[in-house]
Amino acid sequence: MSEKTIVDARGAFCPGPLMELIATLKNIAIGDEVDVWSTDKGSVTDIPEWCKKVKHECVGVVEQQGYWSVLVRKAK
Amino acid sequence: MAKQVVIIGGGVAGTIIANGLCRQIKSELASGAVTITMIGDTDKHMYQPGLLYVPFGKMRESELYRDQRKVLDKKVAFFVDAAKNIDVEAKRVTTASGKTYTYDYLVIATGSRIRPDTIPGMSEGAHWFYDLEGARKLRDALNDFQGGKVVINVNAPHKCPVAPVEITLMLREFFVAKGVMDKTEITYTYPIGRLHGLEPVANWAVPEFQKHGIKSETFFNTKAVDPQAKTITSEEGVTLPYDLLITIPPHSGSQVIIDSKLGAGGWVPTNKQTLLREGSDNVFIVGDTTNIPISKAGSTAHFEADTVVDNLSSLLKEQRWSRNYDGKVYCFIETGLTTGTYIMFNYTTPPNPGPPSAMVHWLKLGYNRMYWLSARGLL
Repeated sequence: MSEKTIVDARGAFCPGPLMELIATLKNIAIGDEVDVWSTDKGSVTDIPEWCKKVKHECVGVVEQQGYWSVLVRKAK
Repeated sequence: MAKQVVIIGGGVAGTIIANGLCRQIKSELASGAVTITMIGDTDKHMYQPGLLYVPFGKMRESELYRDQRKVLDKKVAFFVDAAKNIDVEAKRVTTASGKTYTYDYLVIATGSRIRPDTIPGMSEGAHWFYDLEGARKLRDALNDFQGGKVVINVNAPHKCPVAPVEITLMLREFFVAKGVMDKTEITYTYPIGRLHGLEPVANWAVPEFQKHGIKSETFFNTKAVDPQAKTITSEEGVTLPYDLLITIPPHSGSQVIIDSKLGAGGWVPTNKQTLLREGSDNVFIVGDTTNIPISKAGSTAHFEADTVVDNLSSLLKEQRWSRNYDGKVYCFIETGLTTGTYIMFNYTTPPNPGPPSAMVHWLKLGYNRMYWLSARGLL
């Protein structure tokens, strides 16, 4: 059973949602998921782009009320 | 029965809280109604931002340290006895010597540590300045350096987010002064798709780097260093050759946090406004130890500590909450060896770095000395 970690990076200026995701991926098991909450619209493209480069799986992007939820599964 | 406040960690946050509390609850301490105990793992207090200057010979090692006992108010009971287990259910801390400390309020300020050992080849092949031994070795390497390819490599997570930009710009001026810049190429790598986590700082750094011919490689998360071939490779598939590799290693939290199962990676889940541990109403988390998505920096620790002092003293004296932390951070940024700028931001207001000036550089040099007033809770 995979676990999901929520990274609430809403309003985070520094180090920012993608840096928080990279840090969090180091502490979870392969197959586990990270749900990044971001108010920065750039995360909608930044995070999937980075996942593609390093071959983690971007499961989906959902617009919530006032923020985006970007779900990533650790693949390696 | 006295109320017991226990602080784990004698860095910037723990020390400001201990000394600040002593000023706020003088009468309670004098009457014995409250006791403050600090548990640390060293008898020295280090001014960590000073490490940036050591490789350039601009700060002496002795200037980085004070005796922690002398920095602390005498009313604080201080023990050098590293915490080994924190039991937040039993309200108990166990130390290396086997002693047990119980508490009514606990402050966890155990900080972060560099982990070059988590990346193959990094410990052997890279230099860094985030601890004294590393800063000494880098100082020697800079003295010997006669030109070549320099890679400044940034990893996540790390503390003091502006330090990588600072060392890059300071190095360039150092190489110019040494007369080797015309034989030197500097490449800066960063984990995400811009030069800094803070977008305004990233935007500011682009023309600064271009002006000085500093190259960059973004989306670069280090996979391995090959000390024999002198190359560094990223998870994204890029390999860079180097003659001198300076890394900002990835960090993790304290081992006691991991061993006590208080948070993955040593980062404790923390309410970003109250600074209380998630699930606790008597455990404050400050500084690098939190999992709050905010800069891990001395400045953050300082302003968080001020908030905790106000709340702990109100709770102890009047059984009420005082105020929430607003995310305030203020960082000086050295933009060379003679100029600097600064950023200030909080949870709702983004930073906006101004043009570099000699005055801000001198202010930072001044703060390097005035820090000891901050640690004492006076500034």
